[in-house]
Amino acid sequence: MEMTLTTHQRVRPRRASGWWRLWASAQVRWGVILLAAMTALVVVGPFVAPYDPAAPVGKPYDVPSAVAWLGTDNLGRDVLSRVLSGGVYLAWMAPVSALLSVVIGAAVALVTAYYRGWTDLVLMRSLDVLLAFPGILLTLLCVSVFGPQPILLVGLVVLTLMPGVARVIRGAAIPLLDREYVLWAKAVGTPGPVIILRELLPNVSSPLLVELGLRLSWSVGILSSMSFIGYGIQPPAADWGLMVSENGTGLGTQPFAVLAPILMIILYTIGGGLIAEGAARVMARTEGKA
Amino acid sequence: MTVDSQNDNVTIGVFARLQPLLARLLQGLLTLLAVSLLIFLAARALPGDVANMILGQSATQEQLDSLRVQLGLDQPLWWQYLIWLGGILRGDWGTSLSNGQPVADLLALGVRNSATLSGVALAVMLPLSLLVGVIAAQFRDGFVDKIFLGMSMVANAVPDFVTGTVLVALFATTVLHVLPAVSFIPPGDSPFSYPDALVLPATTVIIPGVMYLARLVRVAVIDVMATEYIQTAELKGLSPSRVLFRHALPNAVAPIIPAASLVAAFTVGGVVVVEYLFAYPGVGSALVDAVTNRDLPVIQANVLVIASAYFIFNLIADSLAQRDEAAGQRQSKA
Repeated sequence: MEMTLTTHQRVRPRRASGWWRLWASAQVRWGVILLAAMTALVVVGPFVAPYDPAAPVGKPYDVPSAVAWLGTDNLGRDVLSRVLSGGVYLAWMAPVSALLSVVIGAAVALVTAYYRGWTDLVLMRSLDVLLAFPGILLTLLCVSVFGPQPILLVGLVVLTLMPGVARVIRGAAIPLLDREYVLWAKAVGTPGPVIILRELLPNVSSPLLVELGLRLSWSVGILSSMSFIGYGIQPPAADWGLMVSENGTGLGTQPFAVLAPILMIILYTIGGGLIAEGAARVMARTEGKA
Repeated sequence: MTVDSQNDNVTIGVFARLQPLLARLLQGLLTLLAVSLLIFLAARALPGDVANMILGQSATQEQLDSLRVQLGLDQPLWWQYLIWLGGILRGDWGTSLSNGQPVADLLALGVRNSATLSGVALAVMLPLSLLVGVIAAQFRDGFVDKIFLGMSMVANAVPDFVTGTVLVALFATTVLHVLPAVSFIPPGDSPFSYPDALVLPATTVIIPGVMYLARLVRVAVIDVMATEYIQTAELKGLSPSRVLFRHALPNAVAPIIPAASLVAAFTVGGVVVVEYLFAYPGVGSALVDAVTNRDLPVIQANVLVIASAYFIFNLIADSLAQRDEAAGQRQSKA
């Protein structure tokens, strides 16, 4: 890790804050740019789509032509229009799920790490129970009971991802409690919430961003997988995960109906992956220095 | 570590070592109990009346009532749970509501197929990730290494069904036609009789697993190669391959063993989507079918089996990681 040390250090001011150091990572920047571009595409997409995503424009599984640039799907609908409109659900559900997981997970982790006591024990043990249950099973069970409502799906993804975040952030926060600045703040009588916000939170910024990137990719993964197996967004809505399963049988004749939504999912998840990877490298560098 | 001081040293040692494991096992059993309660309640909360579903629309009220009594649906909920749990423990998993077969038989079939798939995937994954990781470490920061790091980031970010669908497009439908897109295995036949049906589902699981584990191998090898111990071996004039395979690799394997167990857990958790994609007849696709058919006993049994396997691998990963941590602390103290 020492070889990469010099390049970024020289240009940065000496006391760069945690967030600024993260933005200096090219991978983090590219991840953010990619996600911003995808979000823009998803928001603008429905307005520039050439056809109504629910209306047939030709015969099923037609190959690309001047009429339908990416061909048609299993019901003869325009693939391009459906791809442009098919990210709407994912574009709000995935970031909201990821953000809530990280915010709630970090809050639980920092508060329990700082105050300890029996609430800590009870909370962390109940999170262990949640961690012991594969997320897709929980989601499948609950969605089969209550129906595939977007809010419920978001809640389930948060429930699945939050315990992992709490575990990681707690692990990062506990060593900080022995550091001089925290001990000093405690000694001069700084209240607990202030110490958590001003001393602990800024010092877990790198692991927080790693988690945010990772959990964003995983949110997209769980949500699109649920659509794929038929328990997420329901037809006739256009949704990338749903499109992959709808058009699976036509893969031999009209691959674009499957590959176009797949490319969208890949780009979206890579955005989160890049952020996580870049932040992890920043973390490795700063830890190596300490 | 509350050990009775009257005990002799040997028992203290064994007990002290076993105690955290026992505590974890106990905690684990409680977790599984909580999971079973959750499964039971969730399955009961499914919309639709079971008796109605079995007898159809034309059933009379008397027929419905007598079937409810027969199925025990007239009993209080907590009693139904205890009866169900007692049955599970005695090996009586009930009968499928959709085809009347014993759940235990259906489950045995699914478990064998899923275990075969996961087993094959893990058996390929572990040696392959060692190989890939060592190669990446050897070409550290070079072209091969950068390609590997990029590919591993993508493979780990992308959901399983995307990886699987791309494989289907490449090898089964769009580009080449060398492997089946659907894994048809007749009930009762061993998956090993249909090796070509195993290839794509297994590869779908192997790719992200290898890409994750190989990264850890890569870092471990790089760290070990930088130690004085390896430098001494090199200075003694040992050949580079001997240094790598006899001295560095065994030391690099240790840190990835807990991670491998974690990957095993994820493999088990991921069977639902992968099996659905390839219509592979395992516990995952059985679960999706059962949810569609509202087949309560089958849903419960499959979820319980997947959750238990997931839990066991997680437990192994945790205790291995804890043991490594403890060993590390002992070393740093010495």
